[in-house]
Amino acid sequence: MTLVQEQTPTTATDEESGGPLLEVSDLKVHFPVKRGLIFDRTVGLIKAVDGVSFSIMPGETLGLVGESGSGKTTTGRAILQLVKATSGRVMFEGADLVSLSGNNMRRMRRRLGMVFQDPYGALNPRMTAGDIIGEPLVVHKLYQGRQDLRRQVGELLETVGLNRSMVDRYPHEFSGGQRQRIGVARALAARPSFMVLDEPVSALDVSIQAQIINLLQNLQDEFELSYLFIAHDLSVVRHISDRVAVMYLGKIVEVAQCDELYENPLHPYTKALLSAIPIPDPELDRRRDRIVLEGDIPSPLNPPSGCVFHTRCPVAVEDCPAYVPELREVAPGHWVACIRADGYGQYYTSTAG
Amino acid sequence: MTEPLLEVKNLKTYFHSSAGQVRAVDGSSFYIHEGETLGLVGESGCGKSVSALSVMRLIPNPPGRIEDGEVIFEGRDLLQLTEAEMREVRGSKIGMIFQEPMTSLNPVLTIGRQLTETLELHLKMTKQIANRRAAELLDMVGIADPEQRLKDHPHQLSGGQRQRVMIAIAMSCNPKLLIADEATTALDVTIQAQILELMMQLTNELGTGLLIITHNLGVVARYADRVNVMYAGKIRETGPAIDLYRNPKHPYTVGLLNSVPRLDSRSGSRLIPIEGEIPDPANLPTGCAFRPRCQWAVDKCASEDPPLVEAAEGQMTACWEHENVTRTPTGALA
Repeated sequence: MTLVQEQTPTTATDEESGGPLLEVSDLKVHFPVKRGLIFDRTVGLIKAVDGVSFSIMPGETLGLVGESGSGKTTTGRAILQLVKATSGRVMFEGADLVSLSGNNMRRMRRRLGMVFQDPYGALNPRMTAGDIIGEPLVVHKLYQGRQDLRRQVGELLETVGLNRSMVDRYPHEFSGGQRQRIGVARALAARPSFMVLDEPVSALDVSIQAQIINLLQNLQDEFELSYLFIAHDLSVVRHISDRVAVMYLGKIVEVAQCDELYENPLHPYTKALLSAIPIPDPELDRRRDRIVLEGDIPSPLNPPSGCVFHTRCPVAVEDCPAYVPELREVAPGHWVACIRADGYGQYYTSTAG
Repeated sequence: MTEPLLEVKNLKTYFHSSAGQVRAVDGSSFYIHEGETLGLVGESGCGKSVSALSVMRLIPNPPGRIEDGEVIFEGRDLLQLTEAEMREVRGSKIGMIFQEPMTSLNPVLTIGRQLTETLELHLKMTKQIANRRAAELLDMVGIADPEQRLKDHPHQLSGGQRQRVMIAIAMSCNPKLLIADEATTALDVTIQAQILELMMQLTNELGTGLLIITHNLGVVARYADRVNVMYAGKIRETGPAIDLYRNPKHPYTVGLLNSVPRLDSRSGSRLIPIEGEIPDPANLPTGCAFRPRCQWAVDKCASEDPPLVEAAEGQMTACWEHENVTRTPTGALA
């Protein structure tokens, strides 16, 4: 088995456009499971994120998809140092965020934004829209006098498609879509270069979802933002992403350019995931192949040996429980962690590397 | 054509709150034939769940009340039945599955007890027979090691397994109609596919009518024979799934199809959202409720709410301008 790769999966055009903005290497987040009243004995380890590597270029959107327990949210939080990484590096604008001191990290925070799934839970109900959006400006002292703060907040409101006159309203006076716009304005306030968007449209109605997706695309063009777009909905991810990484039980199983991944999925999990999502076009959808995976997603406390997907994999062979498959580049920019996958959507009959 | 299995006529369910009267369902009519799958789609607050709860007569009163209409099921108007007669219908003739199985299952009873309860009550089975049948039902919905699982409590099962148990309970008395209200919305993508396939397979095998209530246009496209599109308490368009998706005749249906991201669209392509917000159900616009968000609206739309009229063979739409409505706003046919 010679499947070890030293590089991290990046875009094919990496060298031409000058290095990545964000580079995550071998990121691990393990949560101890404790038991006992007096002595906290560690009885197990949840490997929420288990050796994840990827990079994001300036202005690029990486979609990160997976189901519950895949570690996609924890990955986003570990990048922003909202949970502590067990090991690994997160290089961003020349610094390793994992090893930055508290003060240095605090200064770096203004370059990083985050938008959460739940626009109800993410906003303090006792603060006005203006206070919520202006808070990052106040924290990082990015304004000159009250007039200037008010002006900047007003501009942010307009940038996200809200009215300046809404500045003194409270979160409950806004609809779900408007609240998510406030969340976006706040994330944008300190002029970050990179944003983690964690399921930003999952809680919204279809007609409102499209408004927010378009807003995020427009802002990216306007402010040259890089996004890590975390979602379970592969249809949404296709719209907004340049590249997509698929996670399963703490590991990336496939990464590729967006259209390449959807048109030529190689990992059996990616194939099943795509086939499980119906296309809103009955004539087209009813002609598609359906792969229905058996069984449940295993507990991350006790993941299967070898390839973590082998218990549900329709094409698993004898070697799968024995070897942990590394990500290999099987086509330019297309990486897959499966010992059977070739670069054409077929499977090797034996485990030839 | 034979009599439909279920026929809802001019259903009106209103809620009374301090904010005023909310016409959650305001004159909705639809039907389901035996063995047919009907999709009821719409966004939050459109009245799709209230429609189903009205059929089951599970509207909390107060604040809700079925003001008017008929729900004809197997020749009887369910709205006229006594509470005891209705209980009989709920358990054994019409099954219902909800979004969150944990709130529908009793946390302190075993899975087995929750299954046998229905069997003993409605089918008058003895304990032993009911137990054997319960294990068969779990096996039927794809739960491994059914005898053991009967002794489990709900919290010991995964979300997907719990929803399988709900299906087993709903199907235990061979109902004529199964109502699935956002039954797979809370589940992971691959589990959602499992549950939907299971529901389709069972209803096909047993000839059960199926009402799928969802906000997911993809799920309806994949499984429904016919589709009702609801907006602000009313069915705005109805028709065979293939025709309705191919040639939508209501501006709201067009708007939904244009705004939903598709798995097969190119990366970076832009969606066409519906402008504006879903209206406050306590304070709906006059005339057609969709008018403020509609690109085809004319003066008449502000004063008169359009009725459902036939726009194409088997396809009804509630829009004054339906002859001008096309999927591509320029009018070019694809």
